[in-house]
Amino acid sequence: MQPILEVDSLKVVLQTKQRTIHAVNNVTFHVRTGETVGLVGESGSGKSITCRSILQLLPTPQGKVVGGGIRFAGKDLLSYSKKQMQELRGREIGMVLQDPMSSLDPVYRVGEQLVETLRTHTKISKKDAWQKAVELLRLVGIPSPEKRVHDYPHQMSGGMRQRVMIALAICCDPKLLLADEPTTALDVTVQDQVLSLMKEIQQRLGMAILIVTHNLGVVAEMCDRVVVLYAGKVMETAATSDLFQTPRHAYTLGLIHSVPRIESEEKLEGIPGTLPDMSHAIKCCPFRERCSFATSECSFDEHTQLKEVAPGHWSACFHHERVCTQA
Amino acid sequence: MEILRVHFILQRLIQLIPVVFGISIVSFLIIHLIPGDPASIMLGSRATPENVQQLTAQMGLDKPLYDQYLIFLQNLVQGDLGKSILLKQSVNTLISERLGTTFFLVMYASVLSLLVSIPIALWSAMKKDSLLDNGFRTLSIFGLAMPSFWIGILLMLLFSIKIKLFPVSGYGKNFIGHLYYLFLPALTITCSLAPVLVRPLRSKIINVFSSEYIEAARARGLKEHQIILNHVLRNAISGTVTILGVNIGWLLGGSIVIETIFSVPGLGQLLINSILSRDYPIIQGLVLVFAILVIVVNLLTDLCYAWLDPRVDLE
Repeated sequence: MQPILEVDSLKVVLQTKQRTIHAVNNVTFHVRTGETVGLVGESGSGKSITCRSILQLLPTPQGKVVGGGIRFAGKDLLSYSKKQMQELRGREIGMVLQDPMSSLDPVYRVGEQLVETLRTHTKISKKDAWQKAVELLRLVGIPSPEKRVHDYPHQMSGGMRQRVMIALAICCDPKLLLADEPTTALDVTVQDQVLSLMKEIQQRLGMAILIVTHNLGVVAEMCDRVVVLYAGKVMETAATSDLFQTPRHAYTLGLIHSVPRIESEEKLEGIPGTLPDMSHAIKCCPFRERCSFATSECSFDEHTQLKEVAPGHWSACFHHERVCTQA
Repeated sequence: MEILRVHFILQRLIQLIPVVFGISIVSFLIIHLIPGDPASIMLGSRATPENVQQLTAQMGLDKPLYDQYLIFLQNLVQGDLGKSILLKQSVNTLISERLGTTFFLVMYASVLSLLVSIPIALWSAMKKDSLLDNGFRTLSIFGLAMPSFWIGILLMLLFSIKIKLFPVSGYGKNFIGHLYYLFLPALTITCSLAPVLVRPLRSKIINVFSSEYIEAARARGLKEHQIILNHVLRNAISGTVTILGVNIGWLLGGSIVIETIFSVPGLGQLLINSILSRDYPIIQGLVLVFAILVIVVNLLTDLCYAWLDPRVDLE
């Protein structure tokens, strides 16, 4: 199927007076219609920046796309004007942010915020928009929506507010939903509800989802395919089941081992060390200093390029075969 | 919700009674501490002690202080602030004739200050640390540091005498006339009030701009002007309302000076003249009216705040 979103060799820098951070280096991936793709990585791996650069919502004035391309439904988003971009946001691409407690304007009723968004993107009367707002709240599973539509955000719980955020993101039937850590700020029982809600809505509307997370549990539950990011580079990308069963990158293996298992008596293995300095573009495997597989080849750019190591399974690890047998 | 609000207002109005009572005692005592008495001021320096004594007795000022206070209180309960010693007119009429003028000036100055402050704060916030921002900052400090009587005289020199754009003094006959005549006095107050409003509003706007709900609003594809007007300003303005409310009391005091400079026939002028002639009933009445005004404005501020921010609980 034709990809709805193609990110090709994307390069993003964050520029401050003191230094330049190469936050995203040559990131390439795609999302197909109706598919859910996970963008996984630890803090600072560039996953959120990648996600935000799709909507040109990088922090101003520091963030800047310096190379590569982003194509959505065949159109080059980087060439879009401010106005074109504003019209695209919320209509073609919806976005759910991390913290529902602070993502809704506190001084407006949730209904007003839905109506405002609907009326920005579609020609619809106020009365019909309110009707639609109630319908949307019902769709995202808010009980007695005709009453809650008049609530202020502070009168709702975190889970409810994230449902409202989802309603806001999908109110114009977008083709793609970007979810930036949508469950990180929620407690565990609510996380599950919000994830199933997103799946349900995806099936109903047939949209694609790009979900940014550091939580492998979310990936396992939600995603068809996974893109593993580290220090702004794609380490590995594969179908979710492939990735969990036969990881082909030392970093992915480390990530999987870092997830605590309740039945296991073993001591939890973390990944020693921290992210490398990103103030210059890294021209080798960025993980090699923390990697137990590392050899001299890992310092060369040509050995650490993303390549297809199995059908539909791409890895940037020189030692992918050794990793595969260890897993 | 409505019942809650009415309950809140009633409660605050009931609290007004002891406050007014307390203020009446304090102001009564302080006024009588001012050296000099109305009789000798009225009669001038050539009056004999007998004349003075006679007039004092005539005005009922020879009675013990507590007696005088009780008479005052008795009248006050009936809504009567007494009679002016010098002007021989009811204090009620004297004050009510001028209250509107002062109130108009204060409101005019407040609105003008908001009209000036909001765009400047917004502009400074959006161009944070630019030349423009720093320019406005310097200007604010200048406005704060200069005494208002000096600014008033400068404005008068510039706009009334050099350019002849606005009148030197007066009040005008109708609403448009008031707006025209009081423009310079209001502008003078604005020069010292706007800086007080701009700085906090600027930092609040910067704060709101970087908040997640503004990012979320952008991600929803709202237009930039929609975001600024409906979301950024709406969230930033509530703090300004509080600051303005607190400053109204100070404004009432400040208007005394301004009214004197521009000869505006308001409460300020009345107050100054009464103090100079030791016209006790008028001073007394004015202090009370000012106090009640400040309290009522504070109540209005609270209501306004609750209306602007639904998270504020009036209880």
